[in-house]
Amino acid sequence: MIQLREIAHSRTGDKGEHSNISVIAHDPADYPFLKEHLTAALVAETFAPILGGPVERYEIEALGALNFVLRHALGGGVTVSLALDAHGKCLASAMLAITLPGPAPASP
Amino acid sequence: MTTLRIGSGAGYSGDRIEPAVELAEKGGISYLVFECLAERTIAIAQEARLADPEAGFDPLLEDRMRAVLPACRKNGIRIISNMGAANPEAAARATLRVAAELGIAGLRVAAVSGDEIREALVAGGHPLIETGRPAAELGDRLVSANAYLGAGPIVEALAAGADVVLTGRVADPSLFLAPMIREFGWAMDDWERLGRGTILGHLLECAGQVTGGYFADPGIKDVPGLARLGFPIAEIGPDGNGTITKVAGSGGMVTTATVKEQLLYEVHDPVAYLTPDVTADFTGLRVTQEGPDRVRIEGGSGRAAPATLKASVGYVAGWRGEGQISYAGPNARARAELAREIVRERFALTGLAAEELRFDLMGVDSILAGMSPPGEPAEVRLRVAGRCASAAAARRIGNEVEALYTNGPASGGGAVKSSGRIVAMRSALVPRDAVRPRMTMVTL
Repeated sequence: MIQLREIAHSRTGDKGEHSNISVIAHDPADYPFLKEHLTAALVAETFAPILGGPVERYEIEALGALNFVLRHALGGGVTVSLALDAHGKCLASAMLAITLPGPAPASP
Repeated sequence: MTTLRIGSGAGYSGDRIEPAVELAEKGGISYLVFECLAERTIAIAQEARLADPEAGFDPLLEDRMRAVLPACRKNGIRIISNMGAANPEAAARATLRVAAELGIAGLRVAAVSGDEIREALVAGGHPLIETGRPAAELGDRLVSANAYLGAGPIVEALAAGADVVLTGRVADPSLFLAPMIREFGWAMDDWERLGRGTILGHLLECAGQVTGGYFADPGIKDVPGLARLGFPIAEIGPDGNGTITKVAGSGGMVTTATVKEQLLYEVHDPVAYLTPDVTADFTGLRVTQEGPDRVRIEGGSGRAAPATLKASVGYVAGWRGEGQISYAGPNARARAELAREIVRERFALTGLAAEELRFDLMGVDSILAGMSPPGEPAEVRLRVAGRCASAAAARRIGNEVEALYTNGPASGGGAVKSSGRIVAMRSALVPRDAVRPRMTMVTL
Protein backbone atom coordinates (compact mmCIF):
# COMPACT_ATOMS: atom_id res chain seq x y z
CA MET A 1 0.00 0.00 0.00
CA ILE A 2 1.12 3.51 -0.67
CA GLN A 3 -0.18 6.80 0.71
CA LEU A 4 -1.08 9.29 -2.02
CA ARG A 5 1.12 11.98 -0.45
CA GLU A 6 4.21 9.91 -1.28
CA ILE A 7 3.67 10.30 -5.01
CA ALA A 8 1.47 13.36 -5.48
CA HIS A 9 0.68 16.86 -4.27
CA SER A 10 -2.70 18.53 -4.06
CA ARG A 11 -4.48 21.88 -3.74
CA THR A 12 -8.09 22.72 -2.92
CA GLY A 13 -10.16 25.51 -4.44
CA ASP A 14 -13.75 26.60 -3.85
CA LYS A 15 -16.43 27.90 -6.19
CA GLY A 16 -19.80 28.51 -4.56
CA GLU A 17 -20.69 25.33 -2.70
CA HIS A 18 -18.50 23.11 -4.87
CA SER A 19 -14.93 22.15 -4.03
CA ASN A 20 -12.21 21.16 -6.48
CA ILE A 21 -9.17 19.19 -5.39
CA SER A 22 -6.28 18.71 -7.79
CA VAL A 23 -3.94 15.74 -7.51
CA ILE A 24 -0.64 16.18 -9.33
CA ALA A 25 2.00 13.46 -9.71
CA HIS A 26 5.42 14.50 -8.39
CA ASP A 27 6.86 12.33 -11.18
CA PRO A 28 4.78 12.27 -14.39
CA ALA A 29 5.68 8.58 -14.69
CA ASP A 30 3.23 7.94 -11.82
CA TYR A 31 0.32 9.57 -13.65
CA PRO A 32 -0.99 6.33 -15.29
CA PHE A 33 -0.95 4.68 -11.85
CA LEU A 34 -2.96 7.58 -10.38
CA LYS A 35 -5.34 7.45 -13.30
CA GLU A 36 -5.92 3.74 -12.77
CA HIS A 37 -6.32 3.72 -8.98
CA LEU A 38 -7.50 7.15 -7.82
CA THR A 39 -11.03 6.82 -9.13
CA ALA A 40 -13.95 9.18 -8.63
CA ALA A 41 -15.64 6.39 -6.64
CA LEU A 42 -12.71 6.12 -4.22
CA VAL A 43 -12.65 9.90 -3.76
CA ALA A 44 -16.42 9.93 -3.21
CA GLU A 45 -16.02 7.27 -0.51
CA THR A 46 -13.31 9.31 1.26
CA PHE A 47 -15.32 12.52 1.26
CA ALA A 48 -18.72 10.91 1.86
CA PRO A 49 -19.25 12.77 5.19
CA ILE A 50 -19.43 16.14 3.40
CA LEU A 51 -20.62 15.29 -0.11
CA GLY A 52 -24.03 16.60 -1.16
CA GLY A 53 -23.60 15.59 -4.80
CA PRO A 54 -21.46 13.53 -7.15
CA VAL A 55 -17.70 13.59 -7.66
CA GLU A 56 -16.46 14.39 -11.17
CA ARG A 57 -12.95 13.51 -12.28
CA TYR A 58 -11.09 15.40 -15.02
CA GLU A 59 -7.85 14.02 -16.51
CA ILE A 60 -5.12 16.44 -17.57
CA GLU A 61 -2.52 14.19 -19.14
CA ALA A 62 -0.24 17.08 -20.12
CA LEU A 63 0.14 18.12 -16.47
CA GLY A 64 0.24 14.59 -15.05
CA ALA A 65 -2.74 15.64 -12.98
CA LEU A 66 -6.29 14.71 -12.06
CA ASN A 67 -8.85 17.29 -11.00
CA PHE A 68 -11.75 16.25 -8.78
CA VAL A 69 -14.87 18.37 -8.45
CA LEU A 70 -16.89 17.59 -5.31
CA ARG A 71 -20.41 18.85 -5.91
CA HIS A 72 -22.25 20.47 -2.98
CA ALA A 73 -19.44 19.65 -0.55
CA LEU A 74 -19.19 23.06 1.14
CA GLY A 75 -22.36 23.27 3.22
CA GLY A 76 -24.17 25.84 1.09
CA GLY A 77 -20.98 27.69 0.16
CA VAL A 78 -18.36 29.82 1.85
CA THR A 79 -20.75 32.66 2.60
CA VAL A 80 -23.35 30.66 4.58
CA SER A 81 -21.45 27.60 5.80
CA LEU A 82 -20.99 27.31 9.56
CA ALA A 83 -17.86 25.18 9.09
CA LEU A 84 -14.62 26.35 10.66
CA ASP A 85 -12.91 25.83 7.28
CA ALA A 86 -15.76 27.18 5.20
CA HIS A 87 -13.63 27.25 2.02
CA GLY A 88 -12.68 23.58 2.47
CA LYS A 89 -9.02 24.61 2.11
CA CYS A 90 -7.92 21.70 4.32
CA LEU A 91 -9.58 19.04 2.15
CA ALA A 92 -6.44 18.43 0.09
CA SER A 93 -4.88 16.98 3.26
CA ALA A 94 -7.59 14.32 3.47
CA MET A 95 -7.04 13.56 -0.22
CA LEU A 96 -3.31 13.01 0.31
CA ALA A 97 -4.04 10.58 3.16
CA ILE A 98 -5.80 8.17 0.78
CA THR A 99 -4.01 4.83 0.45
CA LEU A 100 -3.64 3.13 -2.91
CA PRO A 101 -2.50 -0.41 -3.76
CA GLY A 102 1.24 0.15 -4.31
CA PRO A 103 4.00 0.43 -5.09
CA ALA A 104 3.67 3.09 -7.77
CA PRO A 105 5.89 2.69 -10.84
CA ALA A 106 8.08 5.73 -10.15
CA SER A 107 7.93 5.68 -6.33
CA PRO A 108 11.27 5.79 -4.53
CA MET B 1 6.15 45.10 -28.30
CA THR B 2 7.98 41.76 -28.09
CA THR B 3 7.63 40.90 -24.39
CA LEU B 4 5.16 42.34 -21.92
CA ARG B 5 5.87 42.07 -18.17
CA ILE B 6 2.90 42.19 -15.80
CA GLY B 7 3.18 41.94 -12.01
CA SER B 8 0.54 40.73 -9.58
CA GLY B 9 0.40 42.99 -6.53
CA ALA B 10 -2.29 41.33 -4.40
CA GLY B 11 -4.20 38.06 -4.36
CA TYR B 12 -6.97 39.19 -2.04
CA SER B 13 -8.20 42.30 -0.27
CA GLY B 14 -6.10 41.93 2.87
CA ASP B 15 -2.92 40.73 1.16
CA ARG B 16 0.58 41.93 2.11
CA ILE B 17 1.50 45.36 0.78
CA GLU B 18 5.33 45.23 0.44
CA PRO B 19 5.55 42.61 -2.35
CA ALA B 20 3.81 45.04 -4.73
CA VAL B 21 6.29 47.77 -3.81
CA GLU B 22 9.12 45.34 -4.55
CA LEU B 23 7.56 44.59 -7.96
CA ALA B 24 7.14 48.29 -8.76
CA GLU B 25 10.71 49.11 -7.77
CA LYS B 26 12.61 46.07 -9.04
CA GLY B 27 10.25 44.01 -11.22
CA GLY B 28 10.88 45.69 -14.58
CA ILE B 29 7.14 45.54 -15.17
CA SER B 30 4.85 47.71 -17.32
CA TYR B 31 1.63 46.86 -15.45
CA LEU B 32 0.86 46.15 -11.81
CA VAL B 33 -2.47 44.44 -11.20
CA PHE B 34 -4.23 44.08 -7.83
CA GLU B 35 -7.02 41.50 -7.49
CA CYS B 36 -8.76 42.40 -4.24
CA LEU B 37 -12.46 41.68 -4.64
CA ALA B 38 -13.83 38.47 -3.15
CA GLU B 39 -17.33 37.40 -4.11
CA ARG B 40 -19.03 38.67 -0.98
CA THR B 41 -16.96 41.84 -0.59
CA ILE B 42 -18.92 43.69 -3.24
CA ALA B 43 -22.23 43.11 -1.44
CA ILE B 44 -20.83 44.55 1.78
CA ALA B 45 -19.30 47.43 -0.19
CA GLN B 46 -22.65 48.13 -1.84
CA GLU B 47 -24.24 48.55 1.60
CA ALA B 48 -21.43 50.90 2.64
CA ARG B 49 -22.09 52.98 -0.48
CA LEU B 50 -25.80 53.22 0.31
CA ALA B 51 -24.89 54.61 3.73
CA ASP B 52 -22.26 57.03 2.33
CA PRO B 53 -22.11 57.96 -1.40
CA GLU B 54 -18.30 58.36 -1.28
CA ALA B 55 -17.75 54.92 0.36
CA GLY B 56 -17.95 51.40 -1.03
CA PHE B 57 -14.42 50.81 -2.32
CA ASP B 58 -11.61 48.66 -0.93
CA PRO B 59 -10.56 49.77 2.59
CA LEU B 60 -6.86 49.31 1.78
CA LEU B 61 -6.98 51.22 -1.54
CA GLU B 62 -5.37 54.37 -0.17
CA ASP B 63 -2.65 52.46 1.72
CA ARG B 64 -1.78 50.44 -1.39
CA MET B 65 -1.75 53.50 -3.65
CA ARG B 66 0.39 55.47 -1.19
CA ALA B 67 2.86 52.57 -1.16
CA VAL B 68 3.18 51.97 -4.91
CA LEU B 69 2.33 55.21 -6.73
CA PRO B 70 5.80 56.83 -6.36
CA ALA B 71 7.64 53.82 -7.86
CA CYS B 72 4.93 53.28 -10.50
CA ARG B 73 5.19 56.93 -11.56
CA LYS B 74 8.99 56.78 -11.68
CA ASN B 75 9.05 53.57 -13.72
CA GLY B 76 6.07 54.24 -15.98
CA ILE B 77 3.99 51.39 -14.56
CA ARG B 78 0.23 51.43 -15.08
CA ILE B 79 -2.05 50.07 -12.36
CA ILE B 80 -5.20 47.98 -12.84
CA SER B 81 -7.38 46.86 -9.94
CA ASN B 82 -10.88 45.85 -8.93
CA MET B 83 -10.42 47.82 -5.67
CA GLY B 84 -13.19 50.08 -6.97
CA ALA B 85 -15.61 47.44 -5.61
CA ALA B 86 -19.08 49.01 -5.41
CA ASN B 87 -17.86 52.54 -6.12
CA PRO B 88 -15.08 52.78 -8.75
CA GLU B 89 -15.60 56.53 -9.29
CA ALA B 90 -15.12 57.29 -5.57
CA ALA B 91 -12.08 54.97 -5.57
CA ALA B 92 -10.67 56.98 -8.49
CA ARG B 93 -11.20 60.24 -6.59
CA ALA B 94 -9.52 58.76 -3.49
CA THR B 95 -6.56 57.71 -5.66
CA LEU B 96 -6.28 61.23 -7.12
CA ARG B 97 -6.25 62.65 -3.58
CA VAL B 98 -3.44 60.27 -2.58
CA ALA B 99 -1.52 61.30 -5.72
CA ALA B 100 -1.97 64.97 -4.79
CA GLU B 101 -0.69 64.31 -1.26
CA LEU B 102 2.37 62.63 -2.76
CA GLY B 103 2.96 65.55 -5.14
CA ILE B 104 2.21 63.46 -8.22
CA ALA B 105 0.62 65.70 -10.84
CA GLY B 106 -1.26 64.77 -13.99
CA LEU B 107 -2.17 61.20 -12.99
CA ARG B 108 -4.95 59.90 -15.25
CA VAL B 109 -7.35 57.66 -13.36
CA ALA B 110 -10.20 55.80 -15.04
CA ALA B 111 -13.21 54.13 -13.43
CA VAL B 112 -14.94 51.13 -15.00
CA SER B 113 -18.50 50.55 -13.86
CA GLY B 114 -21.75 49.14 -15.17
CA ASP B 115 -21.34 45.78 -13.47
CA GLU B 116 -24.12 46.73 -11.04
CA ILE B 117 -27.26 45.11 -12.54
CA ARG B 118 -29.67 44.78 -9.63
CA GLU B 119 -32.57 46.42 -11.44
CA ALA B 120 -31.99 44.51 -14.68
CA LEU B 121 -31.74 41.23 -12.80
CA VAL B 122 -35.02 41.79 -11.00
CA ALA B 123 -36.80 43.19 -14.07
CA GLY B 124 -35.54 40.37 -16.30
CA GLY B 125 -36.85 37.68 -13.94
CA HIS B 126 -33.57 35.76 -14.22
CA PRO B 127 -33.41 32.72 -11.92
CA LEU B 128 -30.70 32.03 -9.37
CA ILE B 129 -28.57 29.06 -10.41
CA GLU B 130 -28.65 27.48 -6.95
CA THR B 131 -32.41 27.60 -6.42
CA GLY B 132 -33.94 28.06 -9.87
CA ARG B 133 -36.13 30.82 -8.37
CA PRO B 134 -36.19 34.46 -9.57
CA ALA B 135 -33.87 36.84 -7.69
CA ALA B 136 -36.84 39.15 -7.15
CA GLU B 137 -38.18 36.68 -4.57
CA LEU B 138 -35.38 37.76 -2.23
CA GLY B 139 -37.33 41.02 -1.86
CA ASP B 140 -35.70 43.53 0.46
CA ARG B 141 -33.12 40.95 1.50
CA LEU B 142 -31.48 41.44 -1.94
CA VAL B 143 -28.38 43.59 -1.35
CA SER B 144 -26.50 43.58 -4.62
CA ALA B 145 -26.21 42.02 -8.06
CA ASN B 146 -23.07 42.43 -10.10
CA ALA B 147 -22.23 40.92 -13.46
CA TYR B 148 -18.68 39.82 -14.15
CA LEU B 149 -17.36 42.20 -16.81
CA GLY B 150 -14.60 41.18 -19.20
CA ALA B 151 -11.41 42.89 -20.35
CA GLY B 152 -13.11 45.20 -22.89
CA PRO B 153 -13.79 48.32 -20.80
CA ILE B 154 -10.31 48.14 -19.20
CA VAL B 155 -8.72 48.00 -22.68
CA GLU B 156 -10.78 51.09 -23.54
CA ALA B 157 -9.49 52.90 -20.44
CA LEU B 158 -5.89 52.01 -21.29
CA ALA B 159 -6.39 53.18 -24.87
CA ALA B 160 -7.68 56.49 -23.50
CA GLY B 161 -4.38 56.90 -21.66
CA ALA B 162 -5.29 55.88 -18.12
CA ASP B 163 -2.36 55.41 -15.72
CA VAL B 164 -4.67 53.78 -13.17
CA VAL B 165 -7.84 51.78 -13.96
CA LEU B 166 -10.22 51.00 -11.10
CA THR B 167 -13.11 48.61 -11.61
CA GLY B 168 -15.89 46.90 -9.73
CA ARG B 169 -16.80 43.30 -10.52
CA VAL B 170 -14.58 42.07 -13.35
CA ALA B 171 -13.56 38.46 -13.90
CA ASP B 172 -10.18 38.11 -12.17
CA PRO B 173 -8.18 36.89 -15.22
CA SER B 174 -9.66 39.72 -17.32
CA LEU B 175 -7.78 42.28 -15.19
CA PHE B 176 -4.56 40.72 -16.51
CA LEU B 177 -5.79 39.95 -20.02
CA ALA B 178 -6.68 43.61 -20.69
CA PRO B 179 -3.09 44.92 -20.86
CA MET B 180 -2.13 42.01 -23.14
CA ILE B 181 -4.95 42.88 -25.55
CA ARG B 182 -3.96 46.55 -25.40
CA GLU B 183 -0.21 46.02 -25.95
CA PHE B 184 -0.36 43.27 -28.57
CA GLY B 185 -3.47 44.46 -30.38
CA TRP B 186 -5.21 41.07 -30.10
CA ALA B 187 -8.66 40.90 -31.67
CA MET B 188 -11.54 40.28 -29.25
CA ASP B 189 -12.28 37.03 -31.12
CA ASP B 190 -8.70 35.77 -31.32
CA TRP B 191 -9.76 32.88 -29.12
CA GLU B 192 -6.42 31.10 -29.01
CA ARG B 193 -4.49 34.15 -27.77
CA LEU B 194 -7.29 35.25 -25.44
CA GLY B 195 -7.33 31.70 -24.03
CA ARG B 196 -3.58 31.70 -23.45
CA GLY B 197 -3.64 35.18 -21.91
CA THR B 198 -6.50 34.15 -19.65
CA ILE B 199 -4.54 31.12 -18.43
CA LEU B 200 -1.59 33.39 -17.54
CA GLY B 201 -4.02 35.80 -15.85
CA HIS B 202 -5.48 32.91 -13.87
CA LEU B 203 -1.95 31.97 -12.72
CA LEU B 204 -1.33 35.56 -11.55
CA GLU B 205 -4.67 36.37 -9.92
CA CYS B 206 -3.88 34.87 -6.49
CA ALA B 207 -0.44 36.51 -6.38
CA GLY B 208 1.78 34.51 -3.96
CA GLN B 209 -0.13 31.28 -4.56
CA VAL B 210 1.97 30.66 -7.69
CA THR B 211 5.32 31.65 -6.14
CA GLY B 212 5.28 29.22 -3.22
CA GLY B 213 2.39 30.41 -1.05
CA TYR B 214 -0.28 27.82 -0.08
CA PHE B 215 2.25 25.15 -1.05
CA ALA B 216 4.76 24.34 1.73
CA ASP B 217 4.63 20.98 3.50
CA PRO B 218 7.80 20.76 5.62
CA GLY B 219 10.15 17.96 4.69
CA ILE B 220 8.14 17.15 1.56
CA LYS B 221 7.57 20.46 -0.23
CA ASP B 222 9.87 23.02 1.36
CA VAL B 223 9.62 26.69 0.32
CA PRO B 224 12.31 29.24 1.24
CA GLY B 225 11.54 32.71 2.60
CA LEU B 226 7.74 32.68 2.97
CA ALA B 227 7.89 35.72 5.29
CA ARG B 228 9.22 37.76 2.35
CA LEU B 229 7.39 35.92 -0.42
CA GLY B 230 7.92 37.50 -3.84
CA PHE B 231 4.78 38.03 -5.93
CA PRO B 232 4.69 36.81 -9.53
CA ILE B 233 5.62 38.42 -12.80
CA ALA B 234 4.43 37.08 -16.15
CA GLU B 235 6.56 37.67 -19.23
CA ILE B 236 4.19 37.38 -22.15
CA GLY B 237 4.94 37.11 -25.86
CA PRO B 238 2.74 38.27 -28.75
CA ASP B 239 1.48 34.68 -29.22
CA GLY B 240 0.13 34.59 -25.64
CA ASN B 241 2.63 32.04 -24.38
CA GLY B 242 4.65 33.17 -21.40
CA THR B 243 6.89 32.62 -18.41
CA ILE B 244 6.08 33.02 -14.72
CA THR B 245 8.92 34.37 -12.60
CA LYS B 246 9.52 36.72 -9.63
CA VAL B 247 11.97 39.38 -8.46
CA ALA B 248 15.46 37.93 -7.92
CA GLY B 249 16.28 37.62 -4.22
CA SER B 250 12.65 37.64 -3.02
CA GLY B 251 11.30 34.72 -0.99
CA GLY B 252 9.34 31.79 -2.35
CA MET B 253 9.96 29.83 -5.52
CA VAL B 254 8.52 29.26 -8.98
CA THR B 255 8.60 25.61 -10.03
CA THR B 256 6.51 23.42 -12.31
CA ALA B 257 4.86 22.11 -9.13
CA THR B 258 3.82 25.54 -7.78
CA VAL B 259 2.55 26.47 -11.25
CA LYS B 260 0.55 23.26 -11.77
CA GLU B 261 -1.16 23.59 -8.38
CA GLN B 262 -2.25 27.13 -9.18
CA LEU B 263 -3.30 26.21 -12.74
CA LEU B 264 -5.99 23.91 -11.36
CA TYR B 265 -6.95 26.13 -8.41
CA GLU B 266 -10.70 26.88 -8.45
CA VAL B 267 -10.98 25.19 -11.85
CA HIS B 268 -13.66 22.66 -12.71
CA ASP B 269 -13.47 21.43 -16.32
CA PRO B 270 -9.96 22.29 -17.60
CA VAL B 271 -11.20 22.03 -21.20
CA ALA B 272 -13.73 24.80 -20.61
CA TYR B 273 -12.54 27.49 -18.19
CA LEU B 274 -15.19 30.16 -18.66
CA THR B 275 -14.63 33.89 -18.46
CA PRO B 276 -16.55 36.77 -20.07
CA ASP B 277 -13.75 36.99 -22.69
CA VAL B 278 -13.18 33.40 -23.80
CA THR B 279 -13.58 29.71 -23.04
CA ALA B 280 -10.00 28.81 -22.19
CA ASP B 281 -8.70 25.28 -22.75
CA PHE B 282 -5.83 23.83 -20.69
CA THR B 283 -5.62 20.55 -22.66
CA GLY B 284 -2.45 21.17 -24.67
CA LEU B 285 -0.54 23.09 -21.99
CA ARG B 286 3.15 22.47 -21.62
CA VAL B 287 4.68 23.56 -18.31
CA THR B 288 8.48 23.46 -18.21
CA GLN B 289 11.21 24.74 -15.92
CA GLU B 290 13.38 26.97 -18.12
CA GLY B 291 15.63 28.23 -15.31
CA PRO B 292 15.67 28.90 -11.56
CA ASP B 293 12.32 30.49 -10.60
CA ARG B 294 11.30 30.58 -14.26
CA VAL B 295 8.50 28.36 -15.58
CA ARG B 296 7.37 28.42 -19.20
CA ILE B 297 3.65 27.98 -19.98
CA GLU B 298 2.73 27.38 -23.61
CA GLY B 299 0.27 25.60 -25.83
CA GLY B 300 -3.00 26.70 -24.22
CA SER B 301 -5.94 27.46 -26.44
CA GLY B 302 -9.44 28.86 -26.41
CA ARG B 303 -12.86 28.87 -27.99
CA ALA B 304 -15.66 31.40 -28.26
CA ALA B 305 -16.72 33.20 -25.07
CA PRO B 306 -19.90 32.03 -23.31
CA ALA B 307 -23.15 33.62 -24.54
CA THR B 308 -24.20 34.75 -21.07
CA LEU B 309 -22.44 36.59 -18.24
CA LYS B 310 -22.31 35.31 -14.69
CA ALA B 311 -23.58 37.61 -11.99
CA SER B 312 -23.11 37.31 -8.25
CA VAL B 313 -26.08 38.18 -6.11
CA GLY B 314 -25.72 39.26 -2.49
CA TYR B 315 -28.56 38.85 0.01
CA VAL B 316 -29.05 38.94 3.75
CA ALA B 317 -29.30 35.38 5.08
CA GLY B 318 -29.93 35.99 8.76
CA TRP B 319 -27.48 36.17 11.63
CA ARG B 320 -24.62 33.97 12.78
CA GLY B 321 -23.46 33.46 16.33
CA GLU B 322 -20.44 31.60 17.62
CA GLY B 323 -18.67 30.74 20.86
CA GLN B 324 -15.47 28.86 21.69
CA ILE B 325 -13.84 27.59 24.89
CA SER B 326 -10.78 25.39 25.54
CA TYR B 327 -10.02 22.36 27.70
CA ALA B 328 -6.48 21.01 28.11
CA GLY B 329 -4.38 18.28 29.70
CA PRO B 330 -5.54 14.85 30.92
CA ASN B 331 -9.19 14.11 30.07
CA ALA B 332 -9.44 17.27 27.94
CA ARG B 333 -11.55 15.58 25.31
CA ALA B 334 -14.05 14.20 27.82
CA ARG B 335 -14.51 17.64 29.40
CA ALA B 336 -14.99 19.24 25.97
CA GLU B 337 -17.57 16.57 25.09
CA LEU B 338 -19.38 17.26 28.36
CA ALA B 339 -19.32 20.99 27.60
CA ARG B 340 -20.82 20.26 24.19
CA GLU B 341 -23.67 18.24 25.77
CA ILE B 342 -24.36 21.00 28.27
CA VAL B 343 -24.68 23.62 25.54
CA ARG B 344 -26.95 21.34 23.49
CA GLU B 345 -29.18 20.84 26.51
CA ARG B 346 -29.23 24.57 27.28
CA PHE B 347 -30.41 25.32 23.73
CA ALA B 348 -33.22 22.77 24.17
CA LEU B 349 -34.19 24.02 27.66
CA THR B 350 -34.27 27.65 26.61
CA GLY B 351 -35.82 27.06 23.19
CA LEU B 352 -33.11 28.61 21.03
CA ALA B 353 -34.52 29.18 17.54
CA ALA B 354 -31.73 28.30 15.11
CA GLU B 355 -31.94 27.35 11.44
CA GLU B 356 -28.71 25.38 11.68
CA LEU B 357 -26.31 24.55 14.50
CA ARG B 358 -22.84 23.09 14.40
CA PHE B 359 -20.75 21.68 17.27
CA ASP B 360 -17.03 21.15 16.66
CA LEU B 361 -14.27 19.86 18.89
CA MET B 362 -11.26 21.68 17.50
CA GLY B 363 -8.29 19.35 17.67
CA VAL B 364 -10.59 16.34 17.21
CA ASP B 365 -13.21 16.71 14.49
CA SER B 366 -13.66 20.34 13.42
CA ILE B 367 -12.09 20.07 9.96
CA LEU B 368 -12.02 16.52 8.61
CA ALA B 369 -14.68 14.76 10.68
CA GLY B 370 -15.20 11.27 9.35
CA MET B 371 -12.42 11.73 6.81
CA SER B 372 -9.41 11.46 9.08
CA PRO B 373 -9.05 9.31 12.24
CA PRO B 374 -8.96 11.46 15.42
CA GLY B 375 -6.17 10.96 17.95
CA GLU B 376 -6.20 11.82 21.66
CA PRO B 377 -5.35 15.54 21.69
CA ALA B 378 -3.49 17.47 24.42
CA GLU B 379 -5.90 20.38 23.98
CA VAL B 380 -9.46 20.57 22.71
CA ARG B 381 -11.47 23.66 21.90
CA LEU B 382 -15.26 23.48 21.75
CA ARG B 383 -16.74 25.58 18.99
CA VAL B 384 -20.47 26.14 18.65
CA ALA B 385 -21.78 28.05 15.63
CA GLY B 386 -25.32 28.70 14.46
CA ARG B 387 -27.44 30.57 11.96
CA CYS B 388 -30.56 32.30 13.28
CA ALA B 389 -33.29 34.58 12.00
CA SER B 390 -32.68 37.21 14.70
CA ALA B 391 -29.63 38.98 16.09
CA ALA B 392 -30.75 38.25 19.65
CA ALA B 393 -30.92 34.49 19.05
CA ALA B 394 -27.49 34.53 17.37
CA ARG B 395 -25.95 36.35 20.35
CA ARG B 396 -27.27 33.71 22.75
CA ILE B 397 -25.08 31.04 21.12
CA GLY B 398 -21.86 32.73 22.23
CA ASN B 399 -23.35 33.61 25.59
CA GLU B 400 -24.17 29.98 26.36
CA VAL B 401 -20.61 28.93 25.52
CA GLU B 402 -19.12 31.74 27.61
CA ALA B 403 -21.35 30.75 30.55
CA LEU B 404 -19.47 27.43 30.66
CA TYR B 405 -16.77 29.33 32.56
CA THR B 406 -18.84 29.28 35.74
CA ASN B 407 -21.47 26.63 34.91
CA GLY B 408 -19.53 24.04 32.89
CA PRO B 409 -16.77 21.44 33.28
CA ALA B 410 -13.56 22.06 35.24
CA SER B 411 -10.79 24.25 33.90
CA GLY B 412 -12.45 25.68 30.81
CA GLY B 413 -10.56 28.73 29.52
CA GLY B 414 -10.11 31.24 26.74
CA ALA B 415 -13.78 31.68 25.85
CA VAL B 416 -14.57 34.01 22.96
CA LYS B 417 -17.89 34.89 21.38
CA SER B 418 -19.00 36.73 18.27
CA SER B 419 -22.10 37.35 16.23
CA GLY B 420 -22.95 39.20 13.06
CA ARG B 421 -25.22 39.51 10.07
CA ILE B 422 -24.77 37.03 7.21
CA VAL B 423 -24.49 38.43 3.72
CA ALA B 424 -24.56 35.39 1.45
CA MET B 425 -24.01 35.00 -2.27
CA ARG B 426 -25.84 33.27 -5.08
CA SER B 427 -25.26 33.33 -8.83
CA ALA B 428 -27.29 34.02 -11.95
CA LEU B 429 -26.63 33.99 -15.68
CA VAL B 430 -27.71 37.10 -17.56
CA PRO B 431 -27.74 37.95 -21.26
CA ARG B 432 -24.88 40.18 -22.38
CA ASP B 433 -27.23 42.94 -23.49
CA ALA B 434 -28.50 43.32 -19.90
CA VAL B 435 -25.06 44.67 -18.98
CA ARG B 436 -23.68 48.03 -20.14
CA PRO B 437 -20.06 48.60 -19.08
CA ARG B 438 -18.96 52.24 -18.77
CA MET B 439 -15.51 53.79 -18.68
CA THR B 440 -15.06 57.28 -17.22
CA MET B 441 -11.90 59.34 -16.85
CA VAL B 442 -12.27 60.81 -13.36
CA THR B 443 -11.06 64.22 -12.17
CA LEU B 444 -11.28 65.85 -8.76
